[in-house]
Amino acid sequence: MIAYILRRLLHAVFVVFIVSIVVFGLLHALPGGLARAQLGLGAKRLQVHELEVQEGLLKPLPVQYVIWAWHALRGHLGFSYKLNSPVGALLVRYLPRTLLLVGSSTLFALGVAVPLGLYQGLRRNRVDDHLISVSMLVFYAMPDFLLGSIAIILLNLDLPVFPSTATAFGLNLRADVLVLILPVLTLFLGSVAYFSRYMRSSVIDNLLEDYVRTAYAKGQTTRGVLYRHVFRNSLLSVMTLIGLSLPYVFSGALIIETLFNFPGIGLLFYDADLTRDFPVLLGVLLVVTVTVVLGSLLADFGYALLDPRIRLFEEKA
Amino acid sequence: MSEEQFGALPREGAVETGGSIVEVLVHGTDVPPALGAPAGGSMARRRVAMLLENKMTVAGLVVIVGLILFSFVGPLIYHTNQTGSFLLRENLPPSGRFPLGTDPEGRDELGRLMLGGQSSLEVGFGVAVVATLFGMMWGAIAGFTGGILDSLMMRIVDALLAIPLLFFIVLLASIIRPNLVLIFLVIAAGSWMEMARLVRGEVLALRERDYVAASRVFGARSHRIILRHLIPNVMGVVVVAGTFIVADSILAFAALAFLGLGVPPPATSWGDLLTIGVDNVFNGFWWQLWPAAVALVLVEIAVNIVGDGVRDVVEQRLIRR
Repeated sequence: MIAYILRRLLHAVFVVFIVSIVVFGLLHALPGGLARAQLGLGAKRLQVHELEVQEGLLKPLPVQYVIWAWHALRGHLGFSYKLNSPVGALLVRYLPRTLLLVGSSTLFALGVAVPLGLYQGLRRNRVDDHLISVSMLVFYAMPDFLLGSIAIILLNLDLPVFPSTATAFGLNLRADVLVLILPVLTLFLGSVAYFSRYMRSSVIDNLLEDYVRTAYAKGQTTRGVLYRHVFRNSLLSVMTLIGLSLPYVFSGALIIETLFNFPGIGLLFYDADLTRDFPVLLGVLLVVTVTVVLGSLLADFGYALLDPRIRLFEEKA
Repeated sequence: MSEEQFGALPREGAVETGGSIVEVLVHGTDVPPALGAPAGGSMARRRVAMLLENKMTVAGLVVIVGLILFSFVGPLIYHTNQTGSFLLRENLPPSGRFPLGTDPEGRDELGRLMLGGQSSLEVGFGVAVVATLFGMMWGAIAGFTGGILDSLMMRIVDALLAIPLLFFIVLLASIIRPNLVLIFLVIAAGSWMEMARLVRGEVLALRERDYVAASRVFGARSHRIILRHLIPNVMGVVVVAGTFIVADSILAFAALAFLGLGVPPPATSWGDLLTIGVDNVFNGFWWQLWPAAVALVLVEIAVNIVGDGVRDVVEQRLIRR
């Protein structure tokens, strides 16, 4: 178990290292150079040169990478001239809100998708299974912004219940909960479709396994077989899906936050893209990716705790 | 593909013409003789027959072909001016003259839907082909070579997979100004990794098989084993995963349009139409949103259903094996 955790940690560190190289590479792929990108096209050559000296942009690239990585490690991700704030401070303010959005929608989605998938797996190819599958597919097939817009049309315009923008987030608890409902609902619908589809096929696969037949042969009740063998094994494979789904959920958050004007890291990224605020863009990209890596690391550890094969035998990952 | 090609020796003989990618794609779906050739008809033909037994899959295929015809052949029959703007007839509701009304520039919405379908479908299928080929090569090389190169290549895949696709392509699209070809390459750059991982896993299992060892004993080089034995055998899973890339990249393309990084007007895509439609549906111009929404959702559902159908066929083969 400890060896497994260490191996996964090492793996995660290496992945973050490669991500940092990709992000650093993008930073230096900016047309005209980083200093020109920050100062704008009207800047004089001398000003550009001054900033380049000041930011150490004339040093060799590997040296610059080491300096940048050292700063990033200590939380110094650069300074946003557009927002007049250190990027680190911006991230500390915006990231928790996105985590709240992403985390709550994923939890709700699991809470609904697991029983739903189990039900569908048991009722395989009946009318209700097909009906649920098709309606889930419709949610799965819709772009997030369309799903969100439909939610606004139905729940905000036709039935004016929930606010459709979230600019004033963080003022008081009751308002915040109301504000979260539509964005969370939108992300939730997309995730439910994703998880329940997987749960359904996983249940169907497990029902065909020999150990299920054996359990029945031993005289175990249907309920016992379903809970002890089918449900628990299927849940395990859905667990692995949580880590894999994280990048998609964050992508969804980028769209949802833009649509609902929810002040999270996705909106920060979108606004930075409009104003070409490169330190913020790259800081967000790095932090989101590290968050995803940490999230999948946690999901893997949870999986290892639940799965006796890894817990007891330290199987090769 | 004729039956005698399943005999081991004639097939090996035919290989000498060279293992081009096209050839692999054409001959790709058959299984090497070691697995036992079924009597009557090629494996590929049998699998297509199995696929067509599934009514849902057939319905999905019909919808996809229908939408392709609608987008690409439609404009040849239904002529509209999609480049000008016509201020006297903007935002008109559906009528005899404009079956789906007009857009904010006064262009015919039905013609616009066809034009938008062209770019959306081109991106969807084009990205799938490019990302599939690249991911397949990457995964096959990593899995076949093994060792440090394999670890390094797969860590790069892990790293790129950890970057949320939209963040990655929004940043790339803002560094390089968007036009259709670049958007296409950017989405492809963010879509090949899962394919690579999948193919590598398959190749790791396949390369231990006897016919690969036999081929090596005959003196075959690595690139030849990859092209002639490994890639043809992973084609089943590749086609399944490729189908889902089509669905995902059409959605990613639409999301980019929503973020203002779509194709520049007067060109359009279903995503651009949806974005305009979402704004204008609040003015009561429902015809600017729902037709595009239906088209996009239809193609997504159809592609997913076909993907599921293909997977069923491929997995049946795996189970039988």
